[in-house]
Amino acid sequence: MTDTARSGRWRAFLKSEFFHNYRRSPSAVVGSILVLFVLLVAVFGPLWTVQNPYNIASLELRDAYKPPAWIEDGEARFFLGTDQQGRDMLSAIVYGSRVSLVIGVAGTLLASAIGIVLGLVAGFFGGRTDAIIMRIADIQLSFPTMLIALFLMSVLGRGVTNILISLTLVGWVRFARTVRGETLSVKKREYVEAARVIGLPNVRILFKHVLPNVFASIIVLATIQVGNFILTEATLSFLGLGVPITRPSLGMLCNNGFTVLYSGLWWVSILPGLYIMIIVFGINLLGDFLRDELNPKLK
Amino acid sequence: MNDTLLEVRNLRTYFHTFKGTVKAVDDVSFSVERGEILAIVGESGGGKSVTGFSVIRLIEEPGVIESGEILFEGRDVMKLSEREVDRLRGKEISMIFQDPMTSLNPVYTIGRQIEESLLLHTKLNREERRKSCLDLLRSVGISNPESRLKAYPHQFSGGMRQRVVIAIALAADPKLIIADEPTTALDVTIQAQILRLMADLVRAKNRSMILVTHDLAVVSEMADRINVMYCGKIVETGSARKVIDESAHPYTKGLIDSIPDLERDRKRLNTIKGIVPNMFELPEGCNFAPRCARATEFCFGNEPRQREIGAGHWVACHFPLENAAEGACGRSGARSLPERVNERSGGVRS
Amino acid sequence: MFRFIVKRLFQLVLVLFAVSLIVFLFTSVMGNPVYLMVKENAPAADIQAVTAALGLDKPLPVQYAIFVKNALQGNFGKSYMNHLPALGLIVERFPATLEIVVVALLLSALIGIPCGVVSGAYPKSRFSRAVMAFSIAGISMPSFWVGMVLIYFFSLHLGVLPVSGRGTVGTLLGIRTSLATLNGWSHIVLPSVTLALGTLATIIRLTRSGMQENMKQDYVRFAKSKGVPRRTVLFGHALKNTLIPVVTIFGMQMGTLIAFTTITETIFAWPGMGKLLIDSINSLDRPIIAAYILFVAVIFVFINFIVDILYVFIDPRIDLQ
Repeated sequence: MTDTARSGRWRAFLKSEFFHNYRRSPSAVVGSILVLFVLLVAVFGPLWTVQNPYNIASLELRDAYKPPAWIEDGEARFFLGTDQQGRDMLSAIVYGSRVSLVIGVAGTLLASAIGIVLGLVAGFFGGRTDAIIMRIADIQLSFPTMLIALFLMSVLGRGVTNILISLTLVGWVRFARTVRGETLSVKKREYVEAARVIGLPNVRILFKHVLPNVFASIIVLATIQVGNFILTEATLSFLGLGVPITRPSLGMLCNNGFTVLYSGLWWVSILPGLYIMIIVFGINLLGDFLRDELNPKLK
Repeated sequence: MNDTLLEVRNLRTYFHTFKGTVKAVDDVSFSVERGEILAIVGESGGGKSVTGFSVIRLIEEPGVIESGEILFEGRDVMKLSEREVDRLRGKEISMIFQDPMTSLNPVYTIGRQIEESLLLHTKLNREERRKSCLDLLRSVGISNPESRLKAYPHQFSGGMRQRVVIAIALAADPKLIIADEPTTALDVTIQAQILRLMADLVRAKNRSMILVTHDLAVVSEMADRINVMYCGKIVETGSARKVIDESAHPYTKGLIDSIPDLERDRKRLNTIKGIVPNMFELPEGCNFAPRCARATEFCFGNEPRQREIGAGHWVACHFPLENAAEGACGRSGARSLPERVNERSGGVRS
Repeated sequence: MFRFIVKRLFQLVLVLFAVSLIVFLFTSVMGNPVYLMVKENAPAADIQAVTAALGLDKPLPVQYAIFVKNALQGNFGKSYMNHLPALGLIVERFPATLEIVVVALLLSALIGIPCGVVSGAYPKSRFSRAVMAFSIAGISMPSFWVGMVLIYFFSLHLGVLPVSGRGTVGTLLGIRTSLATLNGWSHIVLPSVTLALGTLATIIRLTRSGMQENMKQDYVRFAKSKGVPRRTVLFGHALKNTLIPVVTIFGMQMGTLIAFTTITETIFAWPGMGKLLIDSINSLDRPIIAAYILFVAVIFVFINFIVDILYVFIDPRIDLQ
């Protein structure tokens, strides 16, 4: 694309109604700031942290149990305090957030990929395929996702791959249903009929005509699912059924901190949990805004 | 006693959207006499529905009634409080909406929905209300009303639902009924029935009606007077006979000519050249000029004001059409509008 | 109507069978319980004997058949840990779980629905904005974190509520429950609030958006044209339409609540079946896991069934003829 074309597109975007509403919506702006902040911390955080909490050699037991810097006995170096092994909480949170985010995003990508394909197939080909896929989806939806994930993880055992498998198996349903619904309505439109009459192969029709229309709904759903998956993984890890100890996510940190909560060392568990909330809160604010903006137009 | 029931002066209703301001109703003035049926015709988006809604202040964001006076029996509706307007609606002025499939609340019985009007505006007791509901249903042509009272809207067909809507609109005995495209959403075969029903009910009690429609055929049979609207302005107004037979505005003539004559026009259907302009960017000068075969440079630069060209016949055009001969009966052999209409709808008037 | 019920019951049974199959298959690959039951370095003969005693030497389909047959009689075997009947253990702890679930459900309904309705009716008000912010925050908070914060603040810091455990059990309306005692209530407050938070936020959001959507409908405008005052339009016309789908939401939320008791009970050491499940997963106690899943599956399926039937009664649009 030429420079003028690119800047023309950008300018058009800035003038668009979407951007106008975005600027005027406090939740959208706050949400994106939070998300951006979280991403920056995750990517660049390790460059600035005091220590690498996975490097056992860098830990010193005498640093253990220090409260956050603003409380008596705290040290500026360990700004958010340390845990029972001398791990700096700030560093732990930074590293932990990386794990949480990666799992959340990867899980969403996988679940959406499978869900989209199944949804397209079900909606486009209809008939028996559709009936079977939707039956399974309905049955699965009548059970709470947390319980299914719990059960899967208890069978598969801990591990990042296993978590991703569980999240995918649990998460495909929403995508499939949404995509199927949209596919059904797009299918009836004339240009799809025209494409079929000409004899375009089905796969081509699906990808070139149906998919772009479904796109907006997928974006909205995916955004919200990242947040959901982060929470699901955190809960599983908190129960000891999620990530392994070697790759602690924020949920795992809370699990670790819970054991010392009753002794009054609140920062070891409450702070990682707070950060989880900040991440998911930002994502949800953004997701809500996107849903309000993109959906009515589709209808 | 004054015969003028409603007088609208300089009404302006604008819609403020992100893309700009749409002047849906732009400086519109008209009046409705007692016992008169006034039709407001025009294409979709011409501002006719918005005019109807404005009369009872049923305009919601992003629309605002910017200015103007709406005098109902001498009182300015614009100056009434919210409560007073609520008392006016349903009791003095009521409305019939376009889509009967969505006008009724799906979770309440139709008996209850009719009764609601009675509860709000009359002092009848329970027995009297029930009797009134039954009478209303009968008067709109619904047989077996007793069994219908407890029915839900989804159990009725579109035509039946519209009859119920009419019954509700008449429940509190209003003086003016605003009907917004009441038959557009119905089957063609039902349209004539519903229209005849409405005409009968209105005339029976010397009520007035504002009939908003894009269908000139409907109008020619029922209306006493016609307002023709284009892009938010009234371009022609007068008695129904005059406006139809002696159309003065090219747009009106275009509308009439475009009604197909089954006997004669065998080749192409007549249409009005061009398309409705973008309401965010109305042309300077006459709004219709870009589509008008008779437009001159003067038309493009100057907005026409309404002027009287006959008794009670006004037109907003710099070069209005001259005489009756150029109207619908102008071309030799062409059939008159009433003839064409009767054939099409199977005759509204028997 | 009758045919509808029968049809749903049939589907219900099918689903339960599918679940039982899945549960059976999965639990049969979860570790080998034989090794939990025998001593270390036990001779092969012992291992063989235990395997036979547990019925694990038979082919899978046969094991499944036995499993189903026993399950239908309520027999899920004995817990590997303490050798008590699995289903019995779960049923025993069910009332405790039910207590927090019911209180949580009531809390979220009584607070959530009014808040959602008012906030949806007046969407630009300050109240509405506050409610919105709260509800988005509510669905963003991990429930275990909420529990920990509440414990720290109310129990450890302020010391006004007990840290964990269930209160004294009394009898209320003929049922033995901890809700009958004041002590019981002091123990139930924190766990049920923790449990309620997510559901509360969801109900508020759904009710609010339902209200807003309904206010845009044609029939609302028509009602206004009849002269119906704004308040009656909101709470007479729009509200009923909004509340109908809320019933289904409740059904689903009950399921989610039961799922989340696993966490809440773990944090608050509440002696319910959720905690039992987590402990069993950690100790690979298969009979209990299987019994729990099927017990809970029956509950969910049953709840969905009730909700479906209820829906037919409250939504006049549904005609089964």
